[in-house]
Amino acid sequence: MHEIIEQLEEKRRRAREGGGPARIEAQHAKGKLTARERIEVFLDPGSFEEWDMFVEHRCTDFGMDREHYPGDGVVTGCGTVNGRLVFVFSQDFTVFGGSLSESHAEKICKIMDHAMRVGAPVVGLNDSGGARIQEGVASLAGYAEVFQRNVLASGVIPQVSLIMGPCAGGAVYSPAMTDFIFMVKDTSYMFVTGPNVVKTVTHEEVTAEELGGALTHTTRSGVADLAFENDVEALLRLREFIDYLPANNREKPPVWPTDDDPERIEFSLDTLVPDDPNKPYDIKELIVKIADEHEFFELQPDYAANIVIGFIRLNGSTVGVVANQPMVLAGCLDIDSSRKAARFVRFCDAFNIPILTLVDVPGFMPGTAQEYGGIIKHGAKLLYAYAEATVPKVTVITRKAYGGAYDVMSSKHLRGDVNFAWPSAEIAVMGPKGAVEIIFRKDLGDPERIEQRTREYREKFANPFVAARRGFIDDIIMPHETRARVCRSFAMLRDKKLENPWRKHGNIPL
Amino acid sequence: MFKKILVANRGEIACRIFRTARRLGIGTVAVYSDADRDALHVRLADEAVHIGPPPSSESYLRIDRIVEACKATGAEAVHPGYGFLSENPAFQEALAQEGIVFIGPDRRAIEAMGDKIRSKQLAREAGVNTVPGYIGVIEDPDQAVAIAREIGYPVMIKASAGGGGKGMRLAWNDQEVREGFVSATNEARSAFGDERVFLEKFIEQPRHIEIQIIADHHGNICYLGERECSIQRRHQKVIEEAPSPFLTPEKRREMGEQAVALARAVDYRSAGTVEFIVGGTTGEFYFLEMNTRLQVEHPVTEMVTGLDLVELMIRVAAGEPLPFTQDQVRLSGWAIESRVYAEDPLRNFMPSIGRLVRYREPPVSEQVRVDSGVEEGGEVSMYYDPMIAKLITHGDTREEAARRMADALDAYYIRGVNHNVGFLNALVCHPRFLEGRLTTHFIAEEFPDGFQPEALAHPEPDLPLAVAAAVHYNRVRRAAQISGRQDGFGGSLPDRWVLLCGERRAEARVERVADGYQVLLDGKTYRLATDWKRTEPLFRARVGGREWCFQVEREGIAYRITSRGCTFLVRVFDPTTADLWALMPEKRPPDLSKFLLSPMPGLLVALRVEVGQLVKAGEELAVVEAMKMENSLRAVADGVVKEILAEVGDSLRVDQPIIAFE
Repeated sequence: MHEIIEQLEEKRRRAREGGGPARIEAQHAKGKLTARERIEVFLDPGSFEEWDMFVEHRCTDFGMDREHYPGDGVVTGCGTVNGRLVFVFSQDFTVFGGSLSESHAEKICKIMDHAMRVGAPVVGLNDSGGARIQEGVASLAGYAEVFQRNVLASGVIPQVSLIMGPCAGGAVYSPAMTDFIFMVKDTSYMFVTGPNVVKTVTHEEVTAEELGGALTHTTRSGVADLAFENDVEALLRLREFIDYLPANNREKPPVWPTDDDPERIEFSLDTLVPDDPNKPYDIKELIVKIADEHEFFELQPDYAANIVIGFIRLNGSTVGVVANQPMVLAGCLDIDSSRKAARFVRFCDAFNIPILTLVDVPGFMPGTAQEYGGIIKHGAKLLYAYAEATVPKVTVITRKAYGGAYDVMSSKHLRGDVNFAWPSAEIAVMGPKGAVEIIFRKDLGDPERIEQRTREYREKFANPFVAARRGFIDDIIMPHETRARVCRSFAMLRDKKLENPWRKHGNIPL
Repeated sequence: MFKKILVANRGEIACRIFRTARRLGIGTVAVYSDADRDALHVRLADEAVHIGPPPSSESYLRIDRIVEACKATGAEAVHPGYGFLSENPAFQEALAQEGIVFIGPDRRAIEAMGDKIRSKQLAREAGVNTVPGYIGVIEDPDQAVAIAREIGYPVMIKASAGGGGKGMRLAWNDQEVREGFVSATNEARSAFGDERVFLEKFIEQPRHIEIQIIADHHGNICYLGERECSIQRRHQKVIEEAPSPFLTPEKRREMGEQAVALARAVDYRSAGTVEFIVGGTTGEFYFLEMNTRLQVEHPVTEMVTGLDLVELMIRVAAGEPLPFTQDQVRLSGWAIESRVYAEDPLRNFMPSIGRLVRYREPPVSEQVRVDSGVEEGGEVSMYYDPMIAKLITHGDTREEAARRMADALDAYYIRGVNHNVGFLNALVCHPRFLEGRLTTHFIAEEFPDGFQPEALAHPEPDLPLAVAAAVHYNRVRRAAQISGRQDGFGGSLPDRWVLLCGERRAEARVERVADGYQVLLDGKTYRLATDWKRTEPLFRARVGGREWCFQVEREGIAYRITSRGCTFLVRVFDPTTADLWALMPEKRPPDLSKFLLSPMPGLLVALRVEVGQLVKAGEELAVVEAMKMENSLRAVADGVVKEILAEVGDSLRVDQPIIAFE
């Protein structure tokens, strides 16, 4: 017995040591924390329950039988973030470069199965060189086991990946199937094939950072949702992010007490929309002024910035926000912004998070690049996502709501629950100039007539009354009362019940 | 008395005049351009008349439209405020023709004082001290150099029609006279449509002290004490005060009497200001110019005399005699005014424009006055002066007025445009300012490298950290009240915090107490009595018997605390995280030193270099015009021009690269 306890102590000591002091030092020298240090920063102090500390790999080839580390390159277990349960795995780059062996994968699968059973989020802290090559297909099988669980957990429990080191090859597909991907600048990268293979195959010279660094994925590819300066910042912000998410798809989003009056008036919003319909303004000012305590957790701020997505709280509880951004591409919907918003809407719908949509959209982006890129199907994703969503949906049209884009942006016709318009709203098939040029084509040679027709069209359609007369708009509200009206609407919708017809699954235009 | 007056101005001064008019029971008419449709002055007036597009040349300077507005509304008199048409004799003429009263001096006085050359001659004749100099129009750079040598260096080149620092250049040698002559002439031409310049002796250790006078139509003229406006930046007044810490009662009387003599000589009948330059070493004073209008800084005089200068101007214009005599004028206590500008002190005070996303003025009282023409959601427009407001404080002593100013500036919360509130605070807290050792070079001497908040010392350096600790504690405690918590995990709040701020590492324990927070910071206990809420950007607390106001913002995982012009970026961690934070690499912002960036939105009017050219630090590279001012962009280091990225005539965004260096 005594001996067993001594052995236990020794194994625990070795497990905590990971790949040993030299490798830990190397990890620190790169500006990275170790797997355990990361968990310590992420979870509430003292809350971590570790499992499978004694798991070791079973590989005997290539001399692997002589090299064993308890835990086998990944630390797994559960703990709490502000008292709420989360499951976590943290890959240990100091052990076999964090490479994924069969048993490493089994450890991840075990906590995922538990998380599914009890209904709690899974957070992955990824820092892995890839497959454990010595294990061959066993390692690949391990990946697939994880992938399968990612898919089954999708829409059941929130899954969040924080990429804190390399993540390459097949390994990228596990984070890719989680709900959100965060990255650390300069120390993390994700790609399917690395710079060497790229060079061999396409003769492109590219660095790992350029190919798949945090900036690449948060500005160019849209693969990642946020990039952070360093490990500590990333982990602390991840804690804040977890505070927004419900534990699973049967729960409502969390609530906490707020100092903020839901009836707070913001008179400055009355001057947000400029007189000139072509002048931009920053929609984020509206989001921040509606939100509890002016806090907005924005996602993908630097990708497809013509649409803004993220979480706020109203009356203490999470609400997802989707808003056209007039500052970028006039707030047009295009391929990237449609995909960005569609996935976000579906996440909110899957997890009972009400959606607030702020509309100022002049239409879909024209051009060959968009058409050849398949804007038809990509735009349809956002349409599909909104139409399918059964969570409470409140929409505020601040200015333009033109054409098909009007329909898409959580309109009444797509089961929008409460649809408001500001007095500056213009709900029409298109802008006055374009409309007149089509309706009165024969007058095109006569600028005076065209101007008069444009004025007539503007008077008729550049206002919220046409839509309000038909009940497509429930009320026309003053900008300064937006927070109050939106908060009341969501309060009214708290117990909304709406179900889609039974089916195996819909067929979203992927 | 008039039944209705029109104010031919905008912004804070229009609002300020409307308040007095309303108090006197006089109806008010505002005029506005397209850019000011939603402006505060339009809403404060009983009636408002639209007078044209945003550029002032098409609106606020349009005499015909303003006269038309008077006729349409039946306004009997016009107050011109300052700037715009306030010193334009043609405006007065046009009003007179329609029988509308101009609330200000009459045309001859404006004309006489409006020309700097003629005004000096008149002053000399009236027995007023004048600066040695050449009073006459200078034809070319050579003549300018000859005159400068005769007067002796340093000399100042000034636009004849000038004002507000435009068209003014200081020269210490022949070459600077040549350069200054050209640029002053150019600037004078574009700003005033009059390119004449003149030269005068430059006074060392100069202080700018001006006498406020008021005269009626019955031959009564009084001086209402002085204002010292020595705190200037590029000849723009920044901080003004009354009285001046430099003047003795005898000197005050001597200057006052000269001012009155000058006013009498031009038959002056309104409020006016006689500006003097006072030699800080010798105490001698010389006439600079007379401003025949209400001055921007008039509130400090009002605060120490208890008079309403606008009311006096209106009454005098209506023919009433002054209600007091010179010996009834009393000065009580001290008043200081800070001009709050939309400009970026961190970028050489370049003008900033945009929307006032957040705007909150300090609470007003008997001792704190805010004259502003904007409110939250308003716009600082590129078309007009970037002054947002004037903040005036009063105290029994100068020290008290200055401390009240610092407190009020701490509570002045502006976001959306850059502003100089922190710089103003650094000025009024500066030991030399508090000693009253002022000259017009104060800013240039004390802030030679511009405003560097990180170089400032906070009087209570522990307090911002204690505030950050309290704010963090509040957030963490709230987060721990989130729904859906799992019992039995033992996770508890840390009882000890580590604060990281620059080089400093401090330890803190925080406790919620009945009236706020108790923070034990590095062994010292601070009790912050506060009712702060998370919705509040201002953390007001009573600490050790003193009221403090800190501006608090979240920035990523840190808190930015602003106070007394200093900013503190404070990170509050539990001890374990703090230790791990030490392992995080320090990241430097991207290197933009290889580019010349446009420091403001404006028009690129000149490029002085070509590709491949070697430039020396300090050399002029380009000129950007914004707010009617030519801003010279100079090389910060030696280098070679690699690429030119903008063309003359381009409209530049802020931070738009103009030149790339190798």
